[in-house]
Amino acid sequence: MSADHILSVDHLSMRFGGIVAVNDLSFGAERRKITALIGPNGAGKTTVFNCITGFYKPTSGSMRLAHDDGRNIQLERLNDFRISKQAKVARTFQNIRLFPGMTALENLMVAQHNALMRASGLTLLGLIGAPSWRVAEKAAIDLARTWLERIGLLDRADDAAGNLPYGDQRRLEIARAMCTEPALLCLDEPAAGLNARESASLSELLLAIRANQGTSILLIEHDMSVVMEISDHVVVMDYGVKIAEGTPQHVRDDPKVIAAYLGADEEEAIAVMESGT
Amino acid sequence: MQTSRAPGVAFIFKKALISALVALVLFSLMIGVRTEAGSDGQLTYWTRFGDLAMMVATVFGGSIVVELLRQWWGPVGTVRVVPPQVTSALSLGARLVAPVLLIFTFLVPVIFYNERYILDLGILVLTYVMLGWGLNVVVGLAGLLDLGYVAFYAVGAYSYALLATNFGLSFWICLPLAGILAAFWGVLLGFPVLRLRGDYLAIVTLAFGEIIRLVLLNWQSVTGGPNGVTGIPRPTMFGIPLSPGDDGLAAMLRIEFSPTHRIVFLFYLILALALLTNWVTIRLRRLPIGRAWEALREDEVACRALGINTTTTKLTAFATGAMFGGLAGAFFATRQGFISPESFTFHESALVLAIVVLGGMGSQLGVALAALAMIGGFELFRGLDQYRMLVFGMAMVLLMIWRPRGLIGHRAPTVFLERNQAISSDLVKEGHG
Ligand SMILES: Nc1ncnc2c1ncn2[C@@H]1O[C@H](COP(=O)(O)OP(=O)(O)OP(=O)(O)O)[C@@H](O)[C@H]1O
Ligand SMILES: [Mg+2]
Repeated sequence: MSADHILSVDHLSMRFGGIVAVNDLSFGAERRKITALIGPNGAGKTTVFNCITGFYKPTSGSMRLAHDDGRNIQLERLNDFRISKQAKVARTFQNIRLFPGMTALENLMVAQHNALMRASGLTLLGLIGAPSWRVAEKAAIDLARTWLERIGLLDRADDAAGNLPYGDQRRLEIARAMCTEPALLCLDEPAAGLNARESASLSELLLAIRANQGTSILLIEHDMSVVMEISDHVVVMDYGVKIAEGTPQHVRDDPKVIAAYLGADEEEAIAVMESGT
Repeated sequence: MQTSRAPGVAFIFKKALISALVALVLFSLMIGVRTEAGSDGQLTYWTRFGDLAMMVATVFGGSIVVELLRQWWGPVGTVRVVPPQVTSALSLGARLVAPVLLIFTFLVPVIFYNERYILDLGILVLTYVMLGWGLNVVVGLAGLLDLGYVAFYAVGAYSYALLATNFGLSFWICLPLAGILAAFWGVLLGFPVLRLRGDYLAIVTLAFGEIIRLVLLNWQSVTGGPNGVTGIPRPTMFGIPLSPGDDGLAAMLRIEFSPTHRIVFLFYLILALALLTNWVTIRLRRLPIGRAWEALREDEVACRALGINTTTTKLTAFATGAMFGGLAGAFFATRQGFISPESFTFHESALVLAIVVLGGMGSQLGVALAALAMIGGFELFRGLDQYRMLVFGMAMVLLMIWRPRGLIGHRAPTVFLERNQAISSDLVKEGHG
């Protein structure tokens, strides 16, 4: 492959007992690009995410993360929290998983845990209030403030995350993932439940993240307007296998994709076809 | 206000009837028929239908009362309309409670200098405040249900008792050692246990508490078994004993010796230890480790996705809580001068847990108030003799109906940009493992 892939998934399979949720799937996500993973319900998209982010141990296959500095990390060898900590892969969840009883600001502070842990000298420097810790804490708050501003939630920084409207929670979860300063950001249906205006601002946010932070994005999305507008590359799955991939234009016109969506859900198929015209 | 939505008389009646029926079925054999082995080994039995009828009637009446109270206070989760003036007055009052309570506590030995009973009670309450604050780290912040907290209390107490009686180490050297040893045991227990969640964790910690007690009971050669450890040295004021002798504090200050000096000293000692616990906890909450504890309580999966090592985070919570328990234990040993496994039964764990839950999980002030209410209240009802537990239990039930999330039902954020506003407990999770 000639393209510069930050993530290369090779022959990935995931079985749950008799169910083959992902079957010999290979694809790549290009560096500093937005790659969309689409497919009808139950295609296995979330399962792919769970394998990449270490929540599931894949039955077989490999996933390689190539960092900017040349480091290569085999994701299937790391488990849960190390994938975020060492491989710098951050994710959001299909059903939002914020810390509802903590404020928006606190949510973003928790995301900087590992950096702050180091700065607080594993708590000791922090406990005695060392100046170096104070500086680091202030920097962390500033970073959180920057992200709150970017997602338009600065005025709600001190409100409980669980009290925010649904769309704001979705954006906050993205900001929280970004506060871990990831190389690869995996978003599981970030536009689910958003109205048209919110979807548009989400697209803008993701494009800005790619442009300003240089973060590569892997995106699961059912909202075709978002997929068509922002993704550079689209991978289509059905029943655990890849049925098509290419540019949004290319995928949209692929009869196999249309058939998969028709088989699954007519409305979505129409959405796929209409979004191009 | 609620009457329109409240279920009617028929509903209450039906509910009470069902409760009474269940009570009838349950109690008919337990109370209604009394069996005993007769003189020749044959079975004799007699009936006690009068007692049975009384119990069932009590359940029936109690059920109606509870239901009425529940309607009076509104169902759990309803937002009661409280006038804003009242709310603001309450919040002002709430803000004053902590400092007033603290100042009062400092003055207790001055005000009640001649009332030994009050001083002893104060020491007892403060011990439980400290234990509550310690367990609060584990249960309230990290959301890990620990039913064996007394084990660490015991480890601390025996650490001091054995180190002091066998090696003659002073209290001030043993105190940190007791804390470290308890924390060490916390980690040791934590390793295998913390991958368990919820009920499983609760059961294993419960068992751990019992195991420690049984070891203390049966390891005769070291712990003295059921006889316990006697002659534990009293604490010294940094080397100066509080005794009537020539080298005692009273002689040095050229004042008349009084046994109250030691009580007052113990009072301020436990107050200092409790305040240390409080200070450390408040500080830790604002550090990444403390935030990770609370995040863990809120959502463990999200924590892992953010690169937080949940195992070490849980272990640190466990160890921190255990350390405070150990410090309190060392204090307990030096105050009593005698300890035995009897002081470290499950009852203690349950009491401390009740204090944390009653206080409103995670709230420092709530835990202090709850300890005061539980220990002080328990003493208050002493005159009621055998009905003490009953009255006490009823008070607890009523309190839980009135305030299902504890006395202090909100969470203070650890950091804020503009407004330091409390978070309603409806949003705060209780943890699951
Ligand atoms: N932990 C699990 N145990 C058993 N089966 C699972 C598990 N996780 C996923 N599956 C199965 O794997 C298949 C793929 O599920 P997955 O959640 O990955 O689909 P998806 O593409 O994300 O669908 P959606 O668009 O609805 O989110 C489904 O048949 C699902 O039932
Ligand atoms: Mg999914």
